[in-house]
Amino acid sequence: MKRSIPALVLTVLMAVAAPADAKPLSGMISTDGSSSMEKVIGSLGEAFENEHRKVKFTYNPTGSGAGIAAAREGRCDIGLASRDLKEEEKNFGLTATVLAYDGIAVIVNPHNPVKNLTLVDLANIYTGKVVNWKEVGGQDSTIVLIGREAGSGTRDGFESVTNTRDACKYRQELTSTGDVITTVSQNPAAIGYASLASVKKSVRPVSIEGVAPSEKSVKDGSYKVQRPFVLVTVEGRELSPAAQAFFDYITSPAASRIISAAGAVPAH
Amino acid sequence: MNTQRTFEYLIHGFFLLLGLVAVGCVLLITAYLVFSGLPAIREIGLADFLFGDTWASTASEPRFGILPFILTSIWGTAGAIALGVPVGFFTAVWLAKMAPVRVCRFMESAVSLLAGIPSVVYGLVGMLVLVPGIRSVFNVPDGASLLAAILVLAVMILPSIIKVSMTALQAVPQEYEDASFALGATSVETYFRVSVPAARSGIAASVVLGVGRAIGEAMAVMMVSGNVANMPSLFESVRFLTSAVASEMSYSSGLQREALFSIALVLFFFILLITASLNFFLKRGREA
Repeated sequence: MKRSIPALVLTVLMAVAAPADAKPLSGMISTDGSSSMEKVIGSLGEAFENEHRKVKFTYNPTGSGAGIAAAREGRCDIGLASRDLKEEEKNFGLTATVLAYDGIAVIVNPHNPVKNLTLVDLANIYTGKVVNWKEVGGQDSTIVLIGREAGSGTRDGFESVTNTRDACKYRQELTSTGDVITTVSQNPAAIGYASLASVKKSVRPVSIEGVAPSEKSVKDGSYKVQRPFVLVTVEGRELSPAAQAFFDYITSPAASRIISAAGAVPAH
Repeated sequence: MNTQRTFEYLIHGFFLLLGLVAVGCVLLITAYLVFSGLPAIREIGLADFLFGDTWASTASEPRFGILPFILTSIWGTAGAIALGVPVGFFTAVWLAKMAPVRVCRFMESAVSLLAGIPSVVYGLVGMLVLVPGIRSVFNVPDGASLLAAILVLAVMILPSIIKVSMTALQAVPQEYEDASFALGATSVETYFRVSVPAARSGIAASVVLGVGRAIGEAMAVMMVSGNVANMPSLFESVRFLTSAVASEMSYSSGLQREALFSIALVLFFFILLITASLNFFLKRGREA
């Protein structure tokens, strides 16, 4: 008899506790789209699942275009795109809600005198049209291009903003932000890119078109090497209670800490 | 008596089972690699895959040619062997035959420690010391290169070359050397004309082990080689077979992912080849 007392207490406790937590949120939340948003949406989904144990969150990294199509056809609750919607996509009755901004800092070695570059400079440098720092106001030394591996969200973001997709002549393709920063900090002639949140003191971010990268300049759009992370929903189609709760949660200020930790600039 | 025999059988069975675990793993991995690696090769075409010189896996018109990776792996391994084997071999001869006992004991533990250092640490030191060093010594724009990878690999294969060669040299019967000394040979003559030839199969095995370690290393070379799919050149950024798989695997999808498995399959064949030659050397040594 003795052993069943804790069990009894537990049962009573559960009976008391259950009505207080009336109808816990349950169901599936499916997201589909941009693979660059993996880190942001993944950590948001994880945090939401931890709060609502009965909710199952899924994310399908198919690409922005595919995610928008999936949202339109109702194959997912929320579509994810790492670009603004095009006019014809808006015409299908899709709504875009900006979740966060992906600000990409262009970094150089602290000894590099170059303080500012234009977007055109950047594209010329990365496509190999400009090969020496003196052509953009620096010292006479060969520019060493540091980038990320194929498939990286940061590389995808950088190449799509600078319009250099598949055309970059990298000297090194590194597999993590940390490696990029370390390498740039070691080589006075190097230039690299990294998500804004992870830039450290050992490297110096360059201003683009005269605007220094910061959370503020990314948010107001004056810093150009950035793109929005967009949630795509269909106008007039109601989300399931779980998906709506998730949507409200990730667009609330409460989620901004998680978004920052995942390397993006929260929009709300 | 009877219970003892049953007990023996049980133990035998147990050991057999444990042995089968290892064999099962090998078979499972082989089967998995072949099944997941073949579809992409079939789709790309074997010749285009092995001899194509452009790798652009995420381009709008993807190209999957792994010749740069194969050649880089071969050159990198050859370079590491060319640097590492002489150093390792002479160290082994000195340690096994000439060094004072206390020095030998100290150096042996140092070599064991070298073997135990994780490859990411080799990579990190290479990235922070070797790569900037190459840049300033050779006055090139960037130090991440095939040369950096070769130097790191040469150090990484030292422990296996030294230890295996040493064991082989120490196993040479004392009588051989005594006979040589008795005929008036000097110690250097004895060690290089008698001991080394007697231990040659073990020394060959150590070299093959070194090749195996060098060709299979991913992490350290990924951090110092720059990782761009160029044709191998000493001061250019290059990508090895191993780092090609490791660097793209995490974000890959579709044909790109399948092609990465195909690269792993090619690498697996290289390793098989090396193991086969290891067995060949060992067998020939025993027969001689």
